[in-house]
Amino acid sequence: MMDPKTPCDSSSNFDSFMFNSLSRRSGISTQSRSSVRNNSIREVSFGHSVSKPVRYGSKGADSEALSTSQKEISDEDARLIYVDDPERTNEKFEFAGNSIRTAKYSIITFLPRNLFEQFHRVAYVYFLVIAVLNQLPQLAVFGRGVSILPLAFVLLVTAVKDAYEDWRRHNSDKIENNRLALVLVNGQFQEKKWKDVRVGEVIKISANETIPCDIVLLSTSDPTGVAYVQTINLDGESNLKSRYAKQETKSKLVEKERLNGLIKCEKPNRNIYGFHGNMEVDGKRLSLGSSNIVLRGCELKNTNWALGVSVYCGCETKAMLNSSGAPSKRSLLETRMNSEIIMLSFFLVALCTVSSVCAAVWLKRHKDELNLLPYYRKLDVSKGEEDSYEYYGWGLEILFTFLMAVIVYQVMIPISLYISMELVRVGQAYFMIGDSRMYDKATNSRFQCRALNINEDLGQIKYVFSDKTGTLTENKMEFQCASILGFDYSSAIESLENEQVEYSVQADGKIFKLKMMVKVNKELLQLSRSAFANKEGKQIYDFFLALAACNTIVPLLVDTSDPMVKLIDYQGESPDEQALTYAAAAYGFMLIERTSGHIVIDIHGERQRFDVLGLHEFDSDRKRMSVILGYNNNSVKIFVKGADTSILSVIDKSLNADILQATETHLHLYSSVGLRTLVVGMRDLNVSEFEQWHSAFEAASTALFGRAAMLRKVACNVENNLCILGATAIEDKLQQGVPESIESLRTAGIKVWVLTGDKQETAISIGYSSKLLTSNMTQIIINTNNRESCKRHLQDALVIAGNQMSVPGVSHNSEGSSDAVSTPLALVIDGTSLVYILDSELEEELFDLASRCSVVLCSRVAPLQKAGIVALVKNRTDDMTLAIGDGANDVSMIQMADVGVGISGQEGRQAVMASDFAMGQFRLLVPLLLIHGHWNYQRLGYMIIYNFYRNAIFVLVLFWYVLFTAFTLTTAINEWSSMLYSIIYTALPTIVVGILDKDLSKRTLLKNPQLYRAGLRNEAYNKKLFWLAMADTLWQSIAVFFAPLIAYWGTTVDVASIGDLWTLSVVILVNLHLAMDIIRWSWIIHAVIWGSIVATFICVVIIDAIPAFPGYWAIFHAAGTGVFWICLLGIVIAALLPRFVVKYIYQYYFPSDIQISREAEKYGNSRDNGGGQIEMLPVSDAPPR
Amino acid sequence: MASSSAAGAGSTDPTAARRNTKRPKYSKFTQQELPACKPILTPRAVISAFLLVSVVFVPIGVAALIASRKVVEIVYRYESKCIPSNVTDRVAYIQSSADKTCRISLDVTKHMKSPIYVYYQLDNFYQNHRRYVKSRSDEQLRDRSEEGSTSACKPEDTANGKPIVPCGLIAWSLFNDTYSFFRGNKNLTVNKKGISWKSDREHKFGKDVFPKNFQNSSIRGGASLNESIPLSEQEDLIVWMRTAALPTFRKLYGKIEVDLNEGDTINVTLQNNYNTYSFSGRKKLVLSTTSWLGGKNDFLGIAYLTVGGLCFFLALAFTIVYFVKPRQLGDPSYLSWNRNPGGH
Repeated sequence: MMDPKTPCDSSSNFDSFMFNSLSRRSGISTQSRSSVRNNSIREVSFGHSVSKPVRYGSKGADSEALSTSQKEISDEDARLIYVDDPERTNEKFEFAGNSIRTAKYSIITFLPRNLFEQFHRVAYVYFLVIAVLNQLPQLAVFGRGVSILPLAFVLLVTAVKDAYEDWRRHNSDKIENNRLALVLVNGQFQEKKWKDVRVGEVIKISANETIPCDIVLLSTSDPTGVAYVQTINLDGESNLKSRYAKQETKSKLVEKERLNGLIKCEKPNRNIYGFHGNMEVDGKRLSLGSSNIVLRGCELKNTNWALGVSVYCGCETKAMLNSSGAPSKRSLLETRMNSEIIMLSFFLVALCTVSSVCAAVWLKRHKDELNLLPYYRKLDVSKGEEDSYEYYGWGLEILFTFLMAVIVYQVMIPISLYISMELVRVGQAYFMIGDSRMYDKATNSRFQCRALNINEDLGQIKYVFSDKTGTLTENKMEFQCASILGFDYSSAIESLENEQVEYSVQADGKIFKLKMMVKVNKELLQLSRSAFANKEGKQIYDFFLALAACNTIVPLLVDTSDPMVKLIDYQGESPDEQALTYAAAAYGFMLIERTSGHIVIDIHGERQRFDVLGLHEFDSDRKRMSVILGYNNNSVKIFVKGADTSILSVIDKSLNADILQATETHLHLYSSVGLRTLVVGMRDLNVSEFEQWHSAFEAASTALFGRAAMLRKVACNVENNLCILGATAIEDKLQQGVPESIESLRTAGIKVWVLTGDKQETAISIGYSSKLLTSNMTQIIINTNNRESCKRHLQDALVIAGNQMSVPGVSHNSEGSSDAVSTPLALVIDGTSLVYILDSELEEELFDLASRCSVVLCSRVAPLQKAGIVALVKNRTDDMTLAIGDGANDVSMIQMADVGVGISGQEGRQAVMASDFAMGQFRLLVPLLLIHGHWNYQRLGYMIIYNFYRNAIFVLVLFWYVLFTAFTLTTAINEWSSMLYSIIYTALPTIVVGILDKDLSKRTLLKNPQLYRAGLRNEAYNKKLFWLAMADTLWQSIAVFFAPLIAYWGTTVDVASIGDLWTLSVVILVNLHLAMDIIRWSWIIHAVIWGSIVATFICVVIIDAIPAFPGYWAIFHAAGTGVFWICLLGIVIAALLPRFVVKYIYQYYFPSDIQISREAEKYGNSRDNGGGQIEMLPVSDAPPR
Repeated sequence: MASSSAAGAGSTDPTAARRNTKRPKYSKFTQQELPACKPILTPRAVISAFLLVSVVFVPIGVAALIASRKVVEIVYRYESKCIPSNVTDRVAYIQSSADKTCRISLDVTKHMKSPIYVYYQLDNFYQNHRRYVKSRSDEQLRDRSEEGSTSACKPEDTANGKPIVPCGLIAWSLFNDTYSFFRGNKNLTVNKKGISWKSDREHKFGKDVFPKNFQNSSIRGGASLNESIPLSEQEDLIVWMRTAALPTFRKLYGKIEVDLNEGDTINVTLQNNYNTYSFSGRKKLVLSTTSWLGGKNDFLGIAYLTVGGLCFFLALAFTIVYFVKPRQLGDPSYLSWNRNPGGH
């Protein structure tokens, strides 16, 4: 073993992806994990990105790379840990213990803290201010208890919900804190509860155990010091990752001799992919990186035991620091709603002003009479001398009247709407999650609704930005073609000869089988088995050896039911590498074992061991990786694999020029059919070269600072003058239903943009196979590498686009290519060009151009650029954007877009963690948008307007009455009724309708994606609807108020009786108003609508049955008269009449698309509507031209 | 990971797979496919609805109008007529202790069937004024022991340091005009029993609560109460304390339980005590019969006839328009993307 380090690090070499990224524009935080994946094809370089530190030690964040890795951690920024000496470690600074607390409250703090948090919401503050105002004796409009009721109600509901959630957290904390860990105490391992573990203690973890805190590995059961961990709890990835103990510590037996070490590391931070520190052991200084630390929550796998010293405990562990939610987004509808809320505030102020001005005029007019006015009686003689009773002078009286008016009319601002909207969204989410159509069988994943406040945005999406790999495609790589020595061995072409071979190897009396079946090309199989005598055979041998060796795959042996048969499962982070390794195995080059120092490969039944002398991991600058193998005969070879451009530039062109040319032809062929290509090369290293490399590598990998750059340089120096071995092509299959989905989305008027890190050719070919691009499109390709030509290209393209648009008879507003008569445009642009365009004055032109194109394909884009493109659209239009992706490289885009959708696919769960909605497959986007988005939008849009109406009509009825009470804000409606109005009388129907009503069936919506455009046209919520509703409100309130007023004028009616009549008629009216607009009457809807009306009657009766109220028994007297019932019937019919007429005229003579489809659903021919199982795949009709 | 393509080796027990599946359970509810009725406003339905409304409303309107017309009502406004013509300061007069007896005569123009209700009507009197409606103590009225709970009654809560029963502005301003009726020379008895709500007598006004310290403050608001009669039998007070909803209101004074014939002349001797002059309020004496719809008020009948007529007209109009310009329901050719295929 020449390499003192542990030169194989398959661990996340990805640099910082910080969950709560710093400023995105600063270009440091959101680089993705996959951008440094060992897989070249997805790689892109992006000009403004920072160079990344790569390799063993300092895989800190880029930010660290820029700052801390260049200098020593200063003492005040460092945390000092004395290994196995927790007393000394915690002497100076008491580090946090390992007990965790995710629960927010304790019994004592619950009340103040929960209240404090609840009052962060504006709605509650509004409630509170109103309630406090009402407590002032001068302003006491309502009784004390009554005025607090609504606030208390919502506070209570929320508090109960919070308390329940917190109780569950308490329980899980308790379980977590009481788990046991083996801790070294006085030279012996003892069991300790997790909560008692302290920083500096040495912990022993056995296989399959969970790590209790963040530990730096000291030694493991593996002689090379490797430990495999599964980070599924941390980032959701089920792949094994390897972590390493330092060479110097891995052989120490901590039980026997005390380890005198000092670890100096950075303060706790939330970067789970970075760690920076060093350790002094026996006077030697070792640097520590993220490959040496195992984080809390990970599980130890495939390793018998591991020893580590705890460095961060409890709430300071990276897992805990990262457990915070995603930033919340606000929905478009809610933003639009704000302008109407402001309008309603104006109404409120206007009503209050009218009330107080009228009151002032009245007071002025009756100034002289006030003293003895029987119903005013300013004069107070009860104290003996004359005094004025509750009269504060003219000015104050006006002010008080105004404030009282605010209290009385408070529901004009529909605060309860916010609470109802939240409930409705929860209900909608329940149904979205429960929809069996949204379930993905392949990944066995349900739809997840992670953000609860943007459901309705799904109905208004105009732009969809999609990642390609893993989103449009399955990201399940299949080895398809190989080009060796200029010969093309395509399994795809000679499909007849292909068969899936279950390859197995027998050794030690055991049979090893591959876990995955691979299609093989028989001819190539034959060749690979043939002797290696001739040159061809040698080349093929080297080719497959390269595939089997030049990777970071860890083979796992899995037991099967048959004890003689073992399954080999290749674990690795890159699906491409897995595919290649499986392919190599199928062709007889089976990777059996990998440790940091050597690999064992079974070559056609013969086990061979190679020393891994060095491994240069993949990085996005080189776009290749290499491994240096030492053969048994002491010869040393370097194998390199990487992206075609990157390898072809380091190939020795003088050798095998014809092979090179043929290979290039093949590469072009492969990528044109959408395959992902890699080129493999090798070279013999002679002794001097090797020595030179080795000393450089040693120096670089032990360097404390700038290690990454040094290692990269070492790698570049050795990876040259390669001899080409061949090329591989891997198919990334399109996901099921992708072309149909894209077609549906486009018909719905949604623009689909594909942003991918792949090559342009691959992107275009995927574009064709996914029907994104069609042959009748004019393609504009922008592929430049400097600003000037970029500008020129853009301007040329704009001219072309302009010509296209100016074809007579064609609408300039092209909504989706399917409608346009002229040839639709497709823009294909690559990442390099985008570097020059984004953040420059060219942005505007790009947007102009892109918005005229029906398809935009961006290739070779970096994660940050993805976000940049989303921002380009988002900042320039009001249209809603949706980003969908599966990998960490899509996170920035998902967070930038108005709606982020994560695919829970092969690439870990970071996209899901950052997303608002998550699902299994791309095609589920169609039901999500077309069905649920449409419904959610229609429901919520209607609900908002209805709530405005519902509250405004009540306020207006109160207001009209004030005009007949000498402007003194008396309410005829009982104060309890007015508080219960928005809690019991009318709340439930609007919530239930908001959750359950649906305008069209799923089937219709999928069949006619055009119906989605209703959302794009803001049909369910707009200014016109608002003003119509307000006009209707005015009329209805007049009908409600004035009919009883005139009917009862000059009669013996008392306040309570007429108040009850108004209460009941308003409640029946608003419920019937809602009933009129309900589209589907299921039994639940029936129950809530009629139930609310009945509940109102019951409440009114109960309130009037309490003798303490002045209105005692009023409802029984009133209901005993004919006038009461005649008024009630007349009010309801007369109030609803105009709305009914307008609604009918609109629906019958100016029908909307939704209305026609609804009729078609009911009356259309039964053949179309015939029941039966609705197929899972959306089948969209060809759009009629 | 590679489960789907690991056809042979990686296949798992199908029952286990079914058990582990996260597929949402199918039910009509969770799939939002509950059976539902989907009403659509078809012309036929709409026209029938309008016809139905007019068929219901017009007869009710006619009946209401007839009922209202049948009611015989005699209204006599007396607040200015009952002031001697030589009085200039009406407020001073009404506050003085002079004899304020006033005699008026009413002509019965139509036969009035018993019972004939006698009301007094006040105009421009805001019994619904915020200060006024709150100035009462329901506890005190109901319960003898709650005599002292007068905090809501200000400024009429205590007099001479003792609580007033019944306290508050409402009770204080109790109407105190009195009427006695004569046909020819014969006295017409006015039945003042049972003019208030039974529920009020039994539950709101205590049988053992007696007026105390009432109208003892320096300003006199209205009627005094007989301190030996419990509140539950002070029906004028009970009627008065059911505060009126509107600034023009009637209060029941009593019932005349004999028929009045056409051409009768009723002489009324009234004590004009109540001060409405300080706020130019009007006082009226009303004799009225009643119908199933209450008093005389044409509004409801007219409103019902209007709505019914309007609905009939709308039904007619929609029928005509329907025949002139029908539209087939659900015809896909009306869909926006079918109407203008050039795209929009």
